Amino acid sequence: MERWLPPALLLAGLALWEVAARAGWISALFFPPPSAITLTLLRMLGSVDFWAGLGSTLMRLTAGVLIGGGAGLLLGWLMGVSRPLRVALAPLVAALHPLPKLALFPIVLVILGIGESSKVALVALTAFFPMLLNTLAGVQQIDPTHWEVAANYGATGGKLLRRVVLPGSLPMTLTGLRLAVNGALVVTIAIEMLSARQGLGATIWLAWQTLRTEDLYATLVVIGGLGLASNQLLESATRLLLPWKGKP
Amino acid sequence: MHLSVFHITKAFISPRGTISALADVTFTAFQGEFVALVGPSGCGKSTLLRLVAGLLAPDSGQIDFTGWPQPPKRRLVFQDHALFPWMTVADNVAFGLEMDGIDRTDRRQRAIAQLESMGLAGFADHYPHELSGGMKQRAAIARAFVTQPDILLMDEPLRALDAQTRLVIQEELLSLWERRRPLVLYVTHDIEEALLLADRVLVMSGRPGQVRAEVTPPLGRPRDLTGRAHPEIEESKWQIWKLLEEDVRRQIQPQRVTS
Repeated sequence: MERWLPPALLLAGLALWEVAARAGWISALFFPPPSAITLTLLRMLGSVDFWAGLGSTLMRLTAGVLIGGGAGLLLGWLMGVSRPLRVALAPLVAALHPLPKLALFPIVLVILGIGESSKVALVALTAFFPMLLNTLAGVQQIDPTHWEVAANYGATGGKLLRRVVLPGSLPMTLTGLRLAVNGALVVTIAIEMLSARQGLGATIWLAWQTLRTEDLYATLVVIGGLGLASNQLLESATRLLLPWKGKP
Repeated sequence: MHLSVFHITKAFISPRGTISALADVTFTAFQGEFVALVGPSGCGKSTLLRLVAGLLAPDSGQIDFTGWPQPPKRRLVFQDHALFPWMTVADNVAFGLEMDGIDRTDRRQRAIAQLESMGLAGFADHYPHELSGGMKQRAAIARAFVTQPDILLMDEPLRALDAQTRLVIQEELLSLWERRRPLVLYVTHDIEEALLLADRVLVMSGRPGQVRAEVTPPLGRPRDLTGRAHPEIEESKWQIWKLLEEDVRRQIQPQRVTS
């Protein structure tokens, strides 16, 4: 019964919206009826431009998360294991982390120029911090007794990293990855609105400038679906990678 | 071959001041001996094991290993199993072997054999959270034994278990130990357990810990738990209790303010 409540509510809302827009209670320019948005979406799915745009967005997103997330992961492990490194870098991380990464875009543009690399760099920067901070926290919350076991049984270097540090911090790392992907998606769209010719963000901006609100809403639906899909993917990955996560 | 602990002291610095854990501990233990350490809680028994294991360094004093060709292999069994939740039972048991550089098939074979001898073969590919408390602690003991350590350090390994499970594992422990007879230092709160398992029981004082006396249980080898019915065991228990009583009472009493 409860399972049907959310979709029923959604459908009821959409129906109300449809009626309101058709009857002229709300402006169909600002709030085009869902049926029109659906038709636009279907038309978009059939166009080459849409797929090229989606491809650009996914490229930036993936490249940014891989580069930034990878670097954050690595540094998170290293800072977790090495106290000197942690002490040296913690204040810097604390200072840079709360900066809105989008505000750095002009600086990145100055350094890397207008083009793909500056966009990917900013996405990477966004993905970097949540990965770093969560992986670091993950290493630090490893049970002190487990460190003692590792030391007592002679674990050092790569073996220590692979068998203890990595799996011990993995649950937090995956939380970090989820935050990184979500943040990266936001920043990717935002950058595309600012400066791209192609991509979902660019499509939204163009739709706004030409007041094609159906296109705008249809693209929002796609972006929402993208967020949903990435979360589902990460959830499955978590279940697959953490078979021991019944209890601690 | 013997281990000599010589005038060891160890203190810990905490926000509330320096806590002296061990003051001038001295004893010797020989290869093939099962030595139990009993004492009031907080007397530094666990610290002593970590010092012998090399996980901590003493503030002063010396720990010597005499007669072993190289520094002897020392392995700890921890209070609450300390199995890695992310490894299967077999991988946990094989962890020490893996760190010793033994290849995958060989170490798995040895781990399985060890598990088999402890009735855990069916759980090799389970994760620790799927096991009962007693099974987890057995796996932890297996992890230490399978590496064939020269010195086995056990830090209240059965503390978290119920009385019946304890009896079973105590007996298993005795038969495991009989096979190779490594030097064992066994920390426990349980006076009877110490007497039933050990060749010698070192009685420690309250914090800061010192070795106050040594009691030899009136039991031969090999032994099993029928030793508990031995009338002289009661005498030894009483003797040890008398040595501990004052410190234990002082510890559970509220601290009197002195100026």
